[in-house]
Formats: sequence, structure tokens, C-alpha cells
Amino acid sequence: MSNSFVELNKVRLRYSEGDDLALDTTDMKIRKGEFIAVVGPSGCGKSSLLKLVSGLMPPSEGNVIVDAHEVAGPLKIVGMAFQNPTLLPWRTTLDNVLLPLEIVKPHRNRLRKHKTEYIARAKALLATVGLEGYEDKYPWELSGGMQQRASLCRALIHEPDLLMLDEPFGALDAFTREELWDILQNLWMVRPFTVILVTHDLREAAYLADTVYVMSKRPGRILVARENTLARPRDQETTFTQPFTDLVHELRSHIRDVRAA
Amino acid sequence: MTNRTNLSKASPWISAAVLFLLWEGIVRLFHIPVYVLPTPSASLEAAWQYRDAIWMHAVHTLYTTLFGFAIAVVFGVVLGALVGSSKAIYIAANPLLVGFNSVPKVALVPVLVMWFGIGTVPAIITAFIISFFPIVVNVATGLATLEPELRDVLRSLGATRTDILFKVGFPRALPYFFASLKVAVTLAFVGSVISETVASNVGVGYLMLSASSKFNMPLVFAGLLVIAVMGIVMYEFFNIIERRSTKWANRANPDG
Repeated sequence: MSNSFVELNKVRLRYSEGDDLALDTTDMKIRKGEFIAVVGPSGCGKSSLLKLVSGLMPPSEGNVIVDAHEVAGPLKIVGMAFQNPTLLPWRTTLDNVLLPLEIVKPHRNRLRKHKTEYIARAKALLATVGLEGYEDKYPWELSGGMQQRASLCRALIHEPDLLMLDEPFGALDAFTREELWDILQNLWMVRPFTVILVTHDLREAAYLADTVYVMSKRPGRILVARENTLARPRDQETTFTQPFTDLVHELRSHIRDVRAA
Repeated sequence: MTNRTNLSKASPWISAAVLFLLWEGIVRLFHIPVYVLPTPSASLEAAWQYRDAIWMHAVHTLYTTLFGFAIAVVFGVVLGALVGSSKAIYIAANPLLVGFNSVPKVALVPVLVMWFGIGTVPAIITAFIISFFPIVVNVATGLATLEPELRDVLRSLGATRTDILFKVGFPRALPYFFASLKVAVTLAFVGSVISETVASNVGVGYLMLSASSKFNMPLVFAGLLVIAVMGIVMYEFFNIIERRSTKWANRANPDG
């Protein structure tokens, strides 16, 4: 499988020796530039999956391969965003977005000399998510949706190959959430990076992902990998079409089975 | 609106004036003898009468206190950073720190005198050991309560421990740090004055002790007032620095 970018081979996970399995035998293959979503009941180990792939947590058995290398420690090419935007309150929006560049090589060594160039890049990115004019605001001066947009920009500024999203829109109202789906889809279509999105929201998964993985109750296992071939770009209208509704319906019945099991 | 803000600005002065008036009134009303409790007016009079001596001793106490406090800041930040950034160090050091903090520092002064002799050095050390604990605790708390998601974000960018400490840990711990400075500096006064009282021949503590041995109670209370004023001034000083440097943490009331 030379064309898979992320590969999980018979991965099992226990948080500590002697614990019950958090994640049972899990196999996944994600192509480069693929957008996948993972759905499942709460506590099924979805977030652990992200930590495994990003190398923040080692698997107890099996291995994780990213970009043809076995993952042994934290990867350095990952962007992450969570439900909690975790912006730094003492930094302006712009400085928050620039944070990864102060850490990731080679940017961290170039940042001081090429400051204007990087600032222009951050401003351009902020503009694409609709945050033009908010560069000098502090996080608490932004609404929840705006903070989440800024958090997305922070996750993408260093052009990571892999984007990890852990229920990033979970705390937002429905309208803002759908707006951000479009923003994320646009960003991804302009520069396709590989995305792993963990979510509770089946419509979100159906709207955004190329493949939707359904996980079982703890210990988590992948029960279904459902291809989603709806045409892109998907928009508001897509969500009212029959194929979309059918897909959500199908995912819902999987989840129902899982919860009943 | 302006009347209200004026009132709230004046309120500390008003409450202090009320306290002094009450004190004065009670002492006069009940004819409390001066060697038990002097009136505030008598204390202020004594403060004026002995102003040169008080000034000399107060400057010395201030110097001693700030010296000890400065050591406490450096030591507190270093130890707090160690304790706050490593769980193992936290577990190892915590009982020792708590135990040490529970020891009454007055009991240590005779020990320090045995080691360093009578005078300024034990006072500096007492100020230091009484005031570093809140700094350690607050710096450690500020560092240890870093959101795990944020740590994950940074680690998955390839951040080292030092990166995380400097980019996020220290800035985040700054409000905790300044809050502890306010407490620590007032404690440092307690430490230096205790030590001066027990074993010194200079400083406000010594001044008060020698005044009380001459039954000069107004002068003792003048000394107490001087210490209180120095404490308030230092507290306010760090309060202002705190507000200036960590505006983001006080956003609910930007004017303080």
C-alpha cells in the first residue's frame, strides 16, 4: 500500500499496563490528502486515535506509520485544533497564529529575518477565514466562532501535511458550525492536506469527509468504513439532497447498533 | 458616576480615618493608660518626635526586607519552575516544602543567630525563608495548570520542554507570580521585623523592642504604623506592576 499516507496496523492501546483495552485491533489506511471523519459513541477512544497518529501516545501493540515512517515520538508536521480553541490570552490573534512558526523548523530560525513575509502570510490566512481586521484583537474580544477560526489558522499556518481535529466545532451554535464547515472545506480544497476529524456530529462527518469511520463502544474498534462520494464542493443545498440524508441515516443506524450492542 | 468613583477612590482613606477615630475615642473614653494602649495621635506625635531615629531604622528594615525578598523571588521562581514542570519533582519536594513552611520562623531566628551572629544577616534570611513559599506555590501552580490540549498542540509541532516553558508556561504563570509577590513582600516584612526584634541592634523591630523596654508605648505603636505603611506601599507597588504587565488576566475590570 504505497499510496497510503497514514497507516494503522493492528493497533491496540491500553493507557497503562494491566488496564482494559481502550482501543482494540484497529486498522486504517488514509491516503495523502484524504479527509476522513471518525464517529462513535463517547469514550470509544476517538481522541486516543488522534494521539496515536500524532505520536503523542505510543500504541501498546501494532504500529502506526505516517509518511512511510513508523511513528516513534511526537510528529512535527501536525496541526491540531480542539473543541476548546486554546488561544493564548496574552497574544493578539495575529501572534497566536504565528505561534507555530516560532516553534516549527525551519520557520523558527527564519522568523525574525522574514517577519514581514510571515505576517503577510498569517494575515492572508486570517482573511480566508473571515478574520480580516481582527488581527490585533485579543482572544477574549472575539466570539467563540471567531476564536475557533483563529485556532484553525494556527493549526494550518505552518502548512502541515496532517491536520487533526478533535470535535473542533462542538461548542459552536449550528449556524456558525456550518459556516466553519465551508471554511474548512475551502481551505482543504485549495491545498489538500490529510485530515482526521473526530466528531459526534454525523451531518458534519457526512458534509466534510471522503471516508467516515464508525467506531464501536469501548474498547474502540472500527466497525464500518463508509466511502462518501458526494460531489465537492458541498454546500448548504447538498445537505438537503437525498444521498446526503441517506448517508446520515445510514451512519445513524450504525451508531444505534453500536450503542445497543 | 464620577461621584461614585471618587467615593470608591477615597474609601480606603475614609476607612483608615474611621479606624483611627474609633481607636482614639475608645482610648479616651475608657481612660486606657498610655503604657497599655496609646492613642493614635500620641503615636503620631512620637513618630514626629523621633523622626530621625525612625527614618534610620525604617530605611534599614526596608533594605533588609527587600534584600531577603529579592532572594526569595529568585529562589521561588527557580524552585517553582522545577516543581511546576515535573511531576516527579513535585511529588518529591511537596511534603518537604509544606513541612518547612509549617515551622514557625521565629523559632529559626536563634538558630540563625548562632550561625551568623546578631544583626542584619539573620534578618535578611528570615525575610527570605518566610516569603519564598507563596512564590514557589504560585509559580508551580501557574505552570502545572497548563491545558493538556495546548501542550499537545505544541508538542505536535516539535516543541521542546524549554519551548513550552518559555512560550506558554512562564507567560501563563505571570499573573500567579505577581499575585504571590504581593503576599510575599508583606510576609518578608514580618520576617525581618521578627528577626530584628529578637536579635539585632538596628531596624524598626529593634526600635520597638527598646522603646517598649522603656515603657515608651507611643513609640512602639509609631514603629508598628511605619511597618504597616511600608507594607502597604510595597503591596501597592507590586499591585501596579501586576496590573500593567498582565492586563490580559484582569480583563473583567481593566481599571483594576
